[in-house]
Amino acid sequence: MENFFIRYKNPLVLMAFLVIQVIVLATQVKRPDNSRGSNAEGTRLIRVWTVTAITPFEHALVSTGRFFRNTWHSYVDLHDVRRQNRELREEIDRMRLEQVRLRTDAEQSRRLQALLDFKQRYLGPTVAAQVIGASGSEQARVIYIDKGSRAGIKQDMAVITPDGIVGKVRDVYPLSSQVLLINDRESGAGVIMEGSRLQGVLRGKEMGELRVMDILSDEKVEVGERVITSGGDRIYPKGLPVGTVTAVGPDPDASPFLAVTLKPAADLNRLEDVLVVTKIAEEAPESAGNEAPHRAADILAQRLPTVPKKEENAAPTTAGSGTAGAQPTPPKNNRVNPGQQPDQAGSVVKKSAATTGEVNAKPSPTPKLSRPQPQAGDTEKPPR
Amino acid sequence: MSPAAVSVTSREGIEVHQFGWPTSIGIPLLAVFVQVFVSKWLGFIKIFDFPLLVTIFFAVARRRPIPGLITGAAIGTLQDVFAGSLIGLNGMANTMIGYLASSLGVRIDVDNPGSRFLMTLSFCLVHRFLYMVIDRGLVGANEPWYWTHTLVSAVANGLMAVVLFAGLDKLKERP
Repeated sequence: MENFFIRYKNPLVLMAFLVIQVIVLATQVKRPDNSRGSNAEGTRLIRVWTVTAITPFEHALVSTGRFFRNTWHSYVDLHDVRRQNRELREEIDRMRLEQVRLRTDAEQSRRLQALLDFKQRYLGPTVAAQVIGASGSEQARVIYIDKGSRAGIKQDMAVITPDGIVGKVRDVYPLSSQVLLINDRESGAGVIMEGSRLQGVLRGKEMGELRVMDILSDEKVEVGERVITSGGDRIYPKGLPVGTVTAVGPDPDASPFLAVTLKPAADLNRLEDVLVVTKIAEEAPESAGNEAPHRAADILAQRLPTVPKKEENAAPTTAGSGTAGAQPTPPKNNRVNPGQQPDQAGSVVKKSAATTGEVNAKPSPTPKLSRPQPQAGDTEKPPR
Repeated sequence: MSPAAVSVTSREGIEVHQFGWPTSIGIPLLAVFVQVFVSKWLGFIKIFDFPLLVTIFFAVARRRPIPGLITGAAIGTLQDVFAGSLIGLNGMANTMIGYLASSLGVRIDVDNPGSRFLMTLSFCLVHRFLYMVIDRGLVGANEPWYWTHTLVSAVANGLMAVVLFAGLDKLKERP
């Protein structure tokens, strides 16, 4: 560096003198400002030069400051955005949980409303219960409900849903009960084909299938036909939906009977709210209809003897029964009550021991399968 | 203070002259006085530039750039002060002429009348050019360039330099 000044001493001194004189000159010269008019006094050149020389540095300084300020603000904003993002995510999670809860509540409300509607239509006393557990085993298809002996639950009471039957109470505890599902191997129920009026016994299979047994192979059962309870087992009220026929074939284990496979009407794998029938009513519920509930007066009117119309009395009259009109007419909806023999109920269906759901009910002394005889006044139609 | 204080001898074989303080100060003052005040009564003097001629003479005689540019800066600034023009116009121009002249004096023989004429003529043109550049570039003036007047003035100054320098040579002191 020292050599540089020594080597270029003369030019440097010249430059210094020139710079000094330029500065001196600039302090005297006034550059006219055209923007302020021709008569306006101009700005001194030294000021113009100074400002011109300083402006780039000032601009750079301001730009640098703005850059760092913007960077800092961006960082702060980003930090805030991240915080807000975290808060919003937490709020979204809370809202999702709330949504799930509301959806669950709405679903539960809908189920309970349907259950309540069903219960209101169902004349017999029932107890609403919630499913609180399951067996957790493929071998034992049972569930646990939150009602027990304190709620009036007793053994062998039917457990149903608005969609169809579920099972029966097997064990009763003070605060809970164990329910044997209808697809369990040990379960059974008396059922009847809604269309063909064939009766059979509903049993569960190893894989949880529902199968109607004891139907002769020469009978005709169609896929898609609905199956309802017959009431002969004295456990399930008559006329409740059981399921729909999904397959029909010869029973390899019990020839010459048919093996009719059903799809249960109630979703046995998704049970949440059920009704326990504490007392089987004389009137069966409306299985799936949306009709108005029966009034007590209507039911009583149906039970009372009525004078048949002429068209209806024509056949009995021609039969030579002169006292037909004096005798009490069977009820229009002559159903098989659980404690009543099928013949006593006026049904012409001859039941076999199997059709009474003898697995869990009392055996019938006349094990015979037959097609119901279509006669006037047959009341084996599904309850409505 | 001895005369050596204002003159520096640096190289062997080159004749370096020095001047006494009265000469170093009085001659430039006289030149400025003549140029500024006498020219008011004798208008033809304006065609000459005595401060410039004195600057060239001292710079060439001393053959040192820094003393030469200092001499030019001082004489030019003094001329600006008395002339009432912007201080620095002649100062910067004379500074550069002093620097160039002293640098030139190291390399060529400047004691010959012919070379003095040509040298002065050239420096007058350069001085005029520098003055115009500074005047237009820094001050923003729009003074026109007259070639004829510039050339006549340069020739006149060259001739005046031959005469003037011969007279000033008598004031040189041997180291």
